[in-house]
Amino acid sequence: MSKIEMKGLSVYYGNGTVHALKDVNMKIEANKITALIGPSGCGKTTFLRALNRMNELIRVRTEGEVLIDGIDIYSKKVDVIQLRKKVGMVFQQPNPFPMSIYDNVAYGPRIHGVRNRELDGIVEESLKKAALWDEVKDRLEENAFGFSGGQQQRLCIARALAVNPEIILFDEPCSSLDPISTARIEELLSKLKREYTIVIVTHNMQQAARISDFTAFFLMGELIECGKTPQIFERPRDKRTEDYITGRFG
Amino acid sequence: MNIKEKIVKGGLFVSALISVVVLLIVIGYIVVNGIGVISLDFLLKSPYRFEYGGVFPQIIGSLFLVALCLLFAVPLGVASAIYLAEYAPDNVITSCIRLFVECLAGIPSIVIGLFGLVFLVYYLGFGVSMLSGGLALGFMILPWTVRASEEAIKAVPRSYREASLALGASKWQTIRSVVLKSAYPGIITGILLGIGKAIGETAVVLLTAGSGLESFLPRSILDPVASLPVYVYMLATQGQTSAAYSRAFGASILLITMFLVMSISALFLRNRYIKRMSGGRW
Repeated sequence: MSKIEMKGLSVYYGNGTVHALKDVNMKIEANKITALIGPSGCGKTTFLRALNRMNELIRVRTEGEVLIDGIDIYSKKVDVIQLRKKVGMVFQQPNPFPMSIYDNVAYGPRIHGVRNRELDGIVEESLKKAALWDEVKDRLEENAFGFSGGQQQRLCIARALAVNPEIILFDEPCSSLDPISTARIEELLSKLKREYTIVIVTHNMQQAARISDFTAFFLMGELIECGKTPQIFERPRDKRTEDYITGRFG
Repeated sequence: MNIKEKIVKGGLFVSALISVVVLLIVIGYIVVNGIGVISLDFLLKSPYRFEYGGVFPQIIGSLFLVALCLLFAVPLGVASAIYLAEYAPDNVITSCIRLFVECLAGIPSIVIGLFGLVFLVYYLGFGVSMLSGGLALGFMILPWTVRASEEAIKAVPRSYREASLALGASKWQTIRSVVLKSAYPGIITGILLGIGKAIGETAVVLLTAGSGLESFLPRSILDPVASLPVYVYMLATQGQTSAAYSRAFGASILLITMFLVMSISALFLRNRYIKRMSGGRW
């Protein structure tokens, strides 16, 4: 069953002069990993940020519909706070808050009014799910900045998990990490998809091929091709997809 | 080239040395001339004519004035800074407000004193009082507080804001829980600058708060209040005896000491906060 469905999604920047996404129609399956690939500036991050309305932080115009569980998230009835609780996000650079590990994870539940005595359990569970608990359980009060980049990124994943989302968006989560940390995050993603729907932007085609179930290829704001990952990588239907994945450009 | 480098380095060293020596001469001169009058009586008694008694009401008065000034300027300044940094649209009006704040920071203190005298003391009828003095001092440091706080808020990385918003926090929750907490050390530095300016300020206080020689403590904020800078001014201009000058120097030592104590405690507070922010629950 598809969790997310885009109908005629277009995004414009800079008073309509930049057409960043052009009439995208696409379905994203629940409990699968969908990878978005394409050269820089192709619109994949804009696409990702359209799913939790983070594009609205800058001046943009969005047209078309994004249905999550059948409800258009751009309709006036949708509360952006509830939307972002449901659709979590992990960024390109690990961006923990300048607080302790504990406070980082507890931040989301706290702002959503979770009572203090429930926090310990949520923090532990989230850190466990993010495969970080064993490394930090005795150091929960330490500043997040004292940990490695890979640990910080898993902390950001734990922080996103703590508000109990259904969908998690990853914006090139491994681009600043070393290969070992990258492998740990990839392993984690494969586990997380049992419970969550995952959409990941990646620059790294090997990564898309390794971990994703579906792959979507974007070029100049257009969705060129979308399908099961093996099909995209082995039998692309579009010449441009083939050129990109074989490294002829990008 | 090598010789040129050496000449430049030597010249810069001599300049630095002169700066330090000038500072040492000023402080040394004050200390040598003023240390003689410092005693428990000087700290704890009230002044009696120009040459007798102590400066207890002046010390307390200065502290009251600074406290009142901060009470007014800090909440208002930080709130304005939050508006300018986070909410104000990027347009001509906002730029004008910012320019206006910059200009306000450059107004000579005697002008602010005059405004305080005419507007607060006479027009609003607060009289020559602690309230008038505190508010006028507040006007004086307000632009500094706004500017320092706005800089501190703007320096908070965008990625913190995005992370918080993406978790479903509202804008205000994000500002309160992430932005202000990260900007706090910078805001403290701004307030510290304000304290430094306010505690030593003479012209503003002279015109709005009191004559400086008051031998009593104010019983309400509408009473006149003594202060150390005005006391020094009065002794220096009206005393005209060597005893009066010594007392002026003694009061100056106290003024410098108070400023140092406040600066050091604010720095201490700031560093402890930075440490706390790096661990521990809040």
